Amino acid sequence: MDWYPLFNSLRIAAVSTVLIFFLGILAAYYVARLPRVVKGILDVILTLPLVLPPTVVGYFLLRILGPRRPIGLWMLEMFDLRLTMVWYSAIFASAVVAFPLMYRTARGAFESFDMTLAYAAQTLGRSNSWIFWRVRMPYCKQGIIAGTVLAFARALGEYGATAMIAGYTPGRTATISTTVYQLWRTGDDAGAMRWVLVNLAISTAVLLAVNMLEKKDRRPRRAAAEEAR
Amino acid sequence: MSLEVELKKSFGSFKLDVAFSAPDGVVTGLLGASGCGKSVTLRCIAGIETPDAGRIVLNGRTLFDREKGVNLSPQERHVGYLFQNYALFPNMTVEHNIAVGVRNRKQQKATAEKLIHALYLEDVQGKYPRQLSGGQQQRVALARILASEPEALLLDEPFSALDSYLKWQVEMELSQTLEDFSGPVLFVTHSREEVRRLCPQACVLSRGKSQVVQPVGELFQRPRTRSACLLSGCRNISRAAANGDGSVEALDWGVRLIPGRPLPEGLTHVGIPEGALRPASGPGPNRAECRVERVLEELSGETVVLLPAGNAQDARLLLALEQGGWAALCTPETLWVEFPPDALLLLEGD
Repeated sequence: MDWYPLFNSLRIAAVSTVLIFFLGILAAYYVARLPRVVKGILDVILTLPLVLPPTVVGYFLLRILGPRRPIGLWMLEMFDLRLTMVWYSAIFASAVVAFPLMYRTARGAFESFDMTLAYAAQTLGRSNSWIFWRVRMPYCKQGIIAGTVLAFARALGEYGATAMIAGYTPGRTATISTTVYQLWRTGDDAGAMRWVLVNLAISTAVLLAVNMLEKKDRRPRRAAAEEAR
Repeated sequence: MSLEVELKKSFGSFKLDVAFSAPDGVVTGLLGASGCGKSVTLRCIAGIETPDAGRIVLNGRTLFDREKGVNLSPQERHVGYLFQNYALFPNMTVEHNIAVGVRNRKQQKATAEKLIHALYLEDVQGKYPRQLSGGQQQRVALARILASEPEALLLDEPFSALDSYLKWQVEMELSQTLEDFSGPVLFVTHSREEVRRLCPQACVLSRGKSQVVQPVGELFQRPRTRSACLLSGCRNISRAAANGDGSVEALDWGVRLIPGRPLPEGLTHVGIPEGALRPASGPGPNRAECRVERVLEELSGETVVLLPAGNAQDARLLLALEQGGWAALCTPETLWVEFPPDALLLLEGD
């Protein structure tokens, strides 16, 4: 069995999760501080990929990253770099599709943050970046981890936009999801089944890991609460 | 040296307009009902919120001045703020929380240790805030503030998060700590008991407007405004109009009163403490006939709820009696009461 699709899927999901992690937190933090009207508009735009069919996302990506399109052409001329039909094209697809999951969960976590903690730190003389990394992020840890894992799981399973922008080339752009479709289409039912099982195993493992993380985080709190009583 | 505050800020229809000064080494109370703008005032002083106009000067250092365009960040103000919920960082231990307050990084450990010792926190220094009792949390918050070497302290309803049976102990500990603090302290509360015990002087805040800073004894015995009168615990208040001859018409009670002293210029209300009102034998000056509505049994005695015969509104008069005092009066259906002129409170405005 050729394991390339597994390796490719994991690296695409990993790279896009890292991207989404920083962009999602940044967007959540700054959008929350904007005036209401701007916030409403930006919020719609940033959440849209969650509800749009992935093929529509793929269409938009091809419109801007394709070799004869503005960004695609510029990258080709300046760096001799193709942005479509290569393995990392799928990163754009999965990053855009999974971004809203991170953005929305992080925003929810930031909105539940107790602002008096930030004010207290300010009056004690601590800088705003110190407050962000040492108080706000730890306080919102649960939401941010949940958002990251959800985004990773979604990125791993991306199909529609990936198929459009990266296509299916065995050993080059094949991912688990595109491989399942290709094998099933060509009548290799047993091959498709194998990859279905691989995908199920990874997704189950990821979700189990999340649940265990949450439990681990909760246990000392309960014990502590009892002790205080 | 002191803290001088003069600021204006509006939120929709609510207008905050306060001006007062608080001297060094003294706890100055800011007393007001909830929603009167006490907390916003503290937030403006700390730099968490920006006033629309005014200036704030601490020990000769301008923290905020609209006209000169000065607006120091909360970090630069060196003002300690004790929040209602103490705002301890939940992800850090007691020791770590206190160390965060130390501005000089090299002395973090030494200063934190000193304060842990000074505020009796040795037993809990390795614990997290959620593992502490309310009183311990307050001590940690206080230690953290003192670690940052503030020039002024702002205390925002520091006892509101505590169970009432714990309050007195925490209150004593706090007042001990405050005795050692040399700068100005502002203490915000809606409780007259707390002000009476902790503050030598206080300023009443009503509907966003501050009144004069007064010694607390004077404030409670001789309140000058309607809101101060209410906050001093006196519930017998009536709208009033001055008659030309030096007497006062208590409009809500329908009683004519003769205080026997000059009336203040802007008289709007009169008040009489419940304990100062006296049962009387019959008609006379400064007396009124009332119908007895009901008698309330209280821990300290009995309170008779009276409806003055000439009352315009549904205004009531409360008469405090000692335990058994009502039976001694033979439980009548109507009662004459006397307003001793010395006890009459002549109030100007809100």
